[in-house]
Amino acid sequence: MTTVTRAEVEEFLFEEADLIDHWRLPDWLKLFTDDAHYYVPSTDVAEDASAENNLFYIADDRFRLGERVTRLMKRTAHSEFPRSKLRHLVSNVLIRKIEDEVIEVGSVFVTYRSKDGQTDVYFGSNIHKLVMGDDGLRIKEKRCILASDGLRPQGRVSFIL
Amino acid sequence: MSGFDVKDPLVVIDRDLASFNVARRSFVDPEILEAERERIFSRCWLYLGHESELVKPGDFVTRQVGGRHVIFAKNPKGEFRALLNTCAHRGARVCRERSGNAKSFQCFYHGWIFGLDGNLRHLPDEEAYPEGFKDRPSSGLKPVPRFERYRGFAFVCFDPDAVPLTDYLGQATEYIDIVADQSEAGMTVVGGTQEYSIRANWKLLAENSYDGYHAATNHATYLDYLRNTNGGLVNVALSGEGRDLGNGHAVVEYKAPWGRPVAQWIPMWGEDGKAEIDAIYNRLAERHGKERADRIATRNRNLVIFPNLVINDIMAITVRTFYPVSTDYMQINAWALAPSEESKWAREYRLFNFLEFLGPGGFATPDDIEALEQCQRGYANATEVGWNDISKGMSRNPPSYDDEAQMRAFWTQWNSRIAGAAA
Repeated sequence: MTTVTRAEVEEFLFEEADLIDHWRLPDWLKLFTDDAHYYVPSTDVAEDASAENNLFYIADDRFRLGERVTRLMKRTAHSEFPRSKLRHLVSNVLIRKIEDEVIEVGSVFVTYRSKDGQTDVYFGSNIHKLVMGDDGLRIKEKRCILASDGLRPQGRVSFIL
Repeated sequence: MSGFDVKDPLVVIDRDLASFNVARRSFVDPEILEAERERIFSRCWLYLGHESELVKPGDFVTRQVGGRHVIFAKNPKGEFRALLNTCAHRGARVCRERSGNAKSFQCFYHGWIFGLDGNLRHLPDEEAYPEGFKDRPSSGLKPVPRFERYRGFAFVCFDPDAVPLTDYLGQATEYIDIVADQSEAGMTVVGGTQEYSIRANWKLLAENSYDGYHAATNHATYLDYLRNTNGGLVNVALSGEGRDLGNGHAVVEYKAPWGRPVAQWIPMWGEDGKAEIDAIYNRLAERHGKERADRIATRNRNLVIFPNLVINDIMAITVRTFYPVSTDYMQINAWALAPSEESKWAREYRLFNFLEFLGPGGFATPDDIEALEQCQRGYANATEVGWNDISKGMSRNPPSYDDEAQMRAFWTQWNSRIAGAAA
């Protein structure tokens, strides 16, 4: 039976946010299990919609998530060159349920992105499905549910939400 | 910036020198945007939606089209309607939901109730109005001046005197047919809309949507990804042609190394995927013959229907429209279109494919957005550096997919509508 405290989960989410904010994406990627998924649904579908029959903004399996990180670490990822400055605020953390060793965690995020003198705000909810590995928590699924009406005026998700 | 004068040339063409230049003022001058609103968005046929978005009688979606608020609905008889979403009484939008099913629309301000054909059905304290008031055409929701459909694609036009839709589309119908013919049961818009924005002039996205020249540098990381995915690119080189379709519409049609759900297999899809793709191809060949099946299956098409409907039939099919909010900010809606009968496997891979390239979270579109925004920033220097070059391949016949003939078609039409003279 998996047991975990909210403090442990919060610490994990804060560390995750810190890795993204500092563009340590290869380290961030190590937080994911080999069968992980990373989703950013479009904003006019249900929060639990499936990427198999709905158009999302992002629906990566573990392979493509790795490719996303590889891409974002290159100078030729033009959308992030020079890299934007990011700060993820993570709050309202709740362990929603633990089922079959999977810890489902809800949180709220507000992320600021600055580039070229322009600052955009992204906000919404994250649902993390975590598992306890030999060396701590790992992400089996991360679903970022934007609460804005579309991506306006932010325009893009060219970094990790 | 000096005032807008149509006498100042905006598009300058010299065929002897093979030069084609567009004034950067076209992207920054608010008076030009006003002229576009009047002479393009109020005159051209504009995409409203796809028939598949409305399934049952009473289904509706609300959209902004050409700056207007429009309700796209199916009436109780199952007929399509396009109504201006503004109450005849005081003007409030009568429908504030983005989609749904309704028997009527009630304005929440004073309670007027309209049917799905726009007729005013009920108004509180009707006795205070003269007899027959309710039945006056001016009391109902006004239909858009023109509303026509072609093979599932619904268009509106705010000019009552516009030519019929099929005349307007002209040779572009050939390419809409190629999309529509991919399904026996009808194409359908998949759930989920990508709604985003770009801090750039809207015309930059029209150009970018069929720009074959920018792939190698702007999308270098996407091409890297394709190599990693398939253990090397599929043995298909980028090659093809650009074509001016008249009326400002144009297309590039070309072969490319990515997978196509209808129907070009890539190693990443495995042997099961090969069986799926073969079956899709064989069905196409049965219905359309081998030559047309090959064209549908193995060619990619980036189509821009003037002024702002993109139908890109590439690693998936995206339908996209975009409108200027200001000279340097546009809003974009993008949908995925798919054969309604395709298998669960095909749908899943189609959407997976879509997102590898397309959309604001894809591996390519964000870099397009960056490019367009950087162009717009560069136009701050328009007084000193005043012209864009659109001449690539001007003396090549036929023009290559990565030449700029398709953009010249756009700009020639744009110029004739804005400056009032054919260039």
